Amino acid sequence: MSQNYKELATQGLWSNNPGLVQLLGLCPLLAVTNTVTNALGLGIATLLVLLGSNLVVSAIRNWVPREIRIPIFVLVIASFVTAVELLMNAFTYNLYLALGIFIPLIVTNCAIIGRAEAFASKNPMLPSAFDALMMGLGFTAVLLALGAIRELLGQGTLFDGADALLGPWAQALRVEVLALDHYFIVALLPPGAFIAMGLLIAGKNAIDQRKQRKQQVKTAITRARVTGTIV
Amino acid sequence: MNHPISKNALLLALVALICVSILTLIQQLTAPRIAEQRLANRMALLHDVLPAAAEQQLLDDCISITAPEWLGRNSPQLIFRWRQQGAVSAFVVETTAPDGYSGTIDLMVAITPDGTVLAARTLTHQETPGLGDKIELRKSDWMHSFANQTVHEANLRRWAVRKDGGDFDQFTGATITPRAVVNAIKRTALFIQQHPELAEQPANCEAF
Repeated sequence: MSQNYKELATQGLWSNNPGLVQLLGLCPLLAVTNTVTNALGLGIATLLVLLGSNLVVSAIRNWVPREIRIPIFVLVIASFVTAVELLMNAFTYNLYLALGIFIPLIVTNCAIIGRAEAFASKNPMLPSAFDALMMGLGFTAVLLALGAIRELLGQGTLFDGADALLGPWAQALRVEVLALDHYFIVALLPPGAFIAMGLLIAGKNAIDQRKQRKQQVKTAITRARVTGTIV
Repeated sequence: MNHPISKNALLLALVALICVSILTLIQQLTAPRIAEQRLANRMALLHDVLPAAAEQQLLDDCISITAPEWLGRNSPQLIFRWRQQGAVSAFVVETTAPDGYSGTIDLMVAITPDGTVLAARTLTHQETPGLGDKIELRKSDWMHSFANQTVHEANLRRWAVRKDGGDFDQFTGATITPRAVVNAIKRTALFIQQHPELAEQPANCEAF
C-alpha cells in the first residue's frame, strides 16, 4: 500500500506531472504565471478544487452509471469551482480581485476532469485524495517555477504583490533580485510563457534521460559482474 | 420508467439539484460577507481619493449615470458628491478608459466642479505586468501626477503624454496605457466641467 502511495507521489510530482508531462490546464498555467504570487494563488485554488472533486467523484463512483459519468463529473467540478470562487470573494477579496477571470476558468482545467476520470472514478477515497494532493502540488510546482522565471526575467523581483495573497506581513517576502534598467519584457508577455514552458519541459526531459543513461550503465555493470562470478 | 435513458436523465437531474442546492446555501451564507467586502473596498477607495470627506456621506449622495462618450462605458457608472454647506465641492467619478492596451481600464477620479483633478486611482485593469501596470499606485507613483491638474480650454493640448506633445510621462516601452488613462481623465474632467447639473440630480444609487 505504501508502495502505491509512493508511486502516486512520483507520478503527480514528476513522471506524470499534469503541467510538464500531461500538458493539461495550459490555459491558466500560461496566462497567470507572470508573477510568483499569481502562480501561488491559482495553484492553491486549483489544488483545493482538485482535492474536493476527486473526493466526491471517488465517493459516488459506485452509483454513477458509466454513460452519464462525464456530465456528472463536470457538474461536481463546476460546483466546487463556484464554491471556491464565492468563498474567495468573501474571505480573500484582494486575491479574488487579483486572480479575476482565472478562478472560473479552473473549470476548464482538463487536469481536474482528467484525474476524476482516470483515477478517482476507479479508486477509493483515500488514494484519490492523495492523488489529487500530489497532482495539485505538481501543478502548483510548475506554476511556481514558471512564475519565478518570468517574474525574475521580466521585472527582476520575486513575490511582488504577495501581500494581496497572504496579508500585509507578506510584503516582507518581496525580493528585488536584479535591479537592471531594462528587463526582458518578452518574459512577461504570453510568448515568454510558452518559451519558458518549453525550456522547463526540455529540462525535465534532460534530467530523465540522464537518469536513464545512468541506470543503463548500472545494469550493464551488474550484469558484467554476474557473468564474471559464473565464469 | 425502467428505460435506462429516463433513469439516467432523472439521476442527472438529481445530481444537478443537489449541486444547485449546495451552491445556493453557500451563496446565501457568503452574500452578506461579500457585500461587506465590496463596501469596505469602495469605502477605502473613496477615502483614498478624497480623504477630507466622510465616506458614508459620499455613499449616500451618489448618482448613477450612463455617459459612454464621456465616461467610456455603456453601463451605468457612479458619481459620488461631496457637499460642504450645501454646495458640491468635489465629485468622485467612476470612469473608464476603453482603449487600454489589453481591454478597459477602470479608474476613480476625484474632481472639483471647475475641473481640477484632486486625485486619480486605477480600480481594475489587465495591462502588461512590468510595463503598463505602472498605473497602479503599488508599482509607481505615476497616478500622483494628476493631482491638482486643471483642464481648461487653453491647456487641452497639454493633457497628453509627452510623446504626443503633452505634460504627462509615458512609460518606457508602453505608451498606449498612459495615453488611454490621460485621455480618460481629461474626458472626465471636461464632463464634470460642462455638466454643472450633475450637482442637482437627485441621488439615485441603490443603497450600499
